[in-house]
Parts: sequence; structure tokens; C-alpha cells
Amino acid sequence: MNGIKRALPVVLPMILFALVVKGLYGAFFEAPTEIQMGDVQRIFYFHAPAGIVAFLAFGVTGVASFLYLWRKSLIFDVVAYASAEVGLIFCTIVLVTGPLWARPVWGTWWTWEARLTTTLALWLIYASYILVRRYTDNRDQQARFAAVLGIVGALDVPIVYRSITWWRGLHPVVLKASGGGGLDPEMRSVFLFCIIVYLTLYACLMAVRIPIGCAEDEIAGLREILARRRRA
Amino acid sequence: MDLLRKACVIWLKDLRLEWRTLDSISGMFFFSLLVLVIFNFTFDFTVVDFKDLGPGVLWVTFTFAGILALSHSFVIEKEGDCMQGLLLSPVDPGAIYLGKMLSNLTLILGVEIILVPLTSVLFNYPIWGKLPALAAVLGVSTLGFAGVGTLLGAMTARTRRGEVLLPLLLFSICIPIIIAAVQTTKVVMQGRPLGDAREWFIIGAAFDAIFVTAAYLTFEYVIEE
Repeated sequence: MNGIKRALPVVLPMILFALVVKGLYGAFFEAPTEIQMGDVQRIFYFHAPAGIVAFLAFGVTGVASFLYLWRKSLIFDVVAYASAEVGLIFCTIVLVTGPLWARPVWGTWWTWEARLTTTLALWLIYASYILVRRYTDNRDQQARFAAVLGIVGALDVPIVYRSITWWRGLHPVVLKASGGGGLDPEMRSVFLFCIIVYLTLYACLMAVRIPIGCAEDEIAGLREILARRRRA
Repeated sequence: MDLLRKACVIWLKDLRLEWRTLDSISGMFFFSLLVLVIFNFTFDFTVVDFKDLGPGVLWVTFTFAGILALSHSFVIEKEGDCMQGLLLSPVDPGAIYLGKMLSNLTLILGVEIILVPLTSVLFNYPIWGKLPALAAVLGVSTLGFAGVGTLLGAMTARTRRGEVLLPLLLFSICIPIIIAAVQTTKVVMQGRPLGDAREWFIIGAAFDAIFVTAAYLTFEYVIEE
């Protein structure tokens, strides 16, 4: 078990490197150029997988938060925090690459369309989740507050999406988000491969971030013991 | 039944405390009045119809005022270690949550009851015939807002920079209920039948049910020492 723990942060990045090279080659050379949008469509291979992984990461935070409240084991809290942090990075990638694509294709950087607005709302929820952790000093309290927020945040996602879809639904739809249904088979295979690359990246970041979280807790514990000895 | 009775005791305690000083409600009232005045300068209501922008103006004002009530609600419990006393009393954390939520709800609804007629006067918009429908709309939306707000208020009162964290958390989580509130209020103010806002009522009611239950269940983890 310990061997796997030590090997994972070394082996995973190596696998990731190979996957990234193959993924980049696929996105830029293998995938055919889209007829109407041209090369700018290639951003899709970075944007959509990042979005899928961001949602997955926030889901992991929700589940780990629930497990923490149930089992009261700090490891679940460390996992929830790591996943929220990594998810926020992917969510940021989505929010940055989206407008880059939208500007030439839709003619506007941003539109308050359902999916965009939901992603932004998610980003805000998990950014405040991380802030709450920063501003709480007591470790147990930090874990409990974060777990409650992780659950509340996860419950909020479907309602946010539903409400924003209805909110936009009352107005004429000017721009439609691109659907994944009509993908060319070659594009599809590159796209699926890119999802695997991003999932590996997520796993990689988690494999690095979780031990850091555990080490932080260990150091905090040792500091406490030291402080107690000094007082005695 | 016992739970409700205990929640009512806490609710009445908070109301009595508020009645003696009127700290929360007076602050909320003057603050929201000021927000309304500023809105009057930012939008030219001789050009824009109040029916279109009014719901947004009202809800921004209500949410700002609500933040004041919610942050105050648990700060007063810090004085003289009152929270410790509440936790030591033979009361379920759920009852503390319900009592606190009811008192926050009462305060926010109280300010809304003062502000709605005042808005009608200040912005010259006849509202009297729409009051029953408006009351239903305000009730549903404020319940969800106060329900989540009480949980988050208890949480942020125990962090550093709680006054910054509360609005950040509350506004991001309350996005659905605020959209629903503005849409239902708009339907009422434009004089359309309430049936037009059916799906928004569903969103509002679902939000209320889900988050009041979730907050009730998780409250103990937030106030635990």
C-alpha cells in the first residue's frame, strides 16, 4: 500500500505526459478542421473535457463532505478540499476558454446563457468554499464548515441549472450552446481521448494534493505537541 | 411537537431582545431606505417603467437588508457567551436552528412589510390591489433566503472576516431563489395572473424545502464547539 502511495505521484505524471502529447497532437493535427468555425473550434477539445472534469471534481467534493460528516475522518475532508481546489482550476479553464471561442463564433465574449451562467455560479460557490476554509482557524471547525458547504453547494447545482434554464427560457434564445451530438467520428475519438487526458490530469493533481493536505495536518499536529511540551 | 415548542421559545426570546433595543430592524430599515434612494439616482424611472425594474430594485434592497439581520443574529449570541448557554440548554440543535430561522424570517419580513408601501409611495407605483399576491411571493422567497442565511450566518459568525464571507456564500448559493423571487414579483407587479409564475413558485418552494431541511440537518455541525 505504501509503495503504491509513493509510486503514484511519480508514475502518474509520466503517463500523463505521454497522454498530453498524444492529446495535443490529436486536437491540433488529427481532428479535421470544422467547416464553419475553422481552427478556433479546436478549443473545444480543451474546453468541454475541462468542464466535465470540473463537474466531476465538485461531485467528489460533495460525496467526500458527506462521508466526513458521517465518519468524522479527516482524510475525507482532505479529499474534499483537494477536489474543490482542483475543480476550481478546471472551472477557471472552462470560463477562460469559453469566451475565447465565443468571441469569433458567437461574436460576443459572454452571454448569460444557461450553461455559462451555471458554470459561473458554480465557480463563485466553490471560490467562497475555499475562502471559508482560509478564514477558519480551528481545524475541526474548518472541516465541519467545509463539509456543510460542500453538501449545500452540491444540492444547489441542479436547482441553479434548472432555474437559469427557465429564466433564459422566457427570453428568445439568441445563441445556442454547441451540442455534442453531431460530432464527426474522428472529432469524437479525439474528444473522448481528451476527456481521458483531463481525467488523468485530475487524478495526477489529486495524487499530489492529497498527500500535501495530509502532511499539513501532520505538521499542525506536531506543532501542537511541541507547543504543549514547551508550556509544560 | 416538543421541537416546535422549543423553537418557539428561542424565536420569542430573539423577538423580545429585538423589541427592547430595535437594533436590527432600525439598522435594516435605514439602510434599505438608503439603498432605495440610491436606486432612484441610478435609474431614471421617468424613462424606465417601474414595473420592469422594480422587482430587481426591491430584491436587491431586501437581500442587502437581510444580510444585516442574518449577521447580527449570531453575533449577539457571542456576547456574554450566550451561544454556550444555548448549547448547554436541553434543546436540540434543530430547534435552535428553527427558532433562529423564524426570528430572522420575522425580521426580514418585517422590513419588507415597511418597505413595500414605502416603495409604492417613493416610486409612484400603485400596489394596493396586488398586496395579497405579493405577500405570497415575498413569503415563499424570503423563507428560502432566511433558511440558508441562518445556517451560513451561524457559520460565518465563527470565522475571521465573517462579515465578508456571509454575503459571498449567501448570494452565490441563493442565486436560484433570487431569480425566482424577481420573476414572481415581476409577474405580480405587471398585473399578470399568478399562474404565469407557476414554475417559479415550484423552484422557490423546492429551494425552501431542500435547503431548510438540509440546514436543519447540518446545523449541529456548524454550532458544535
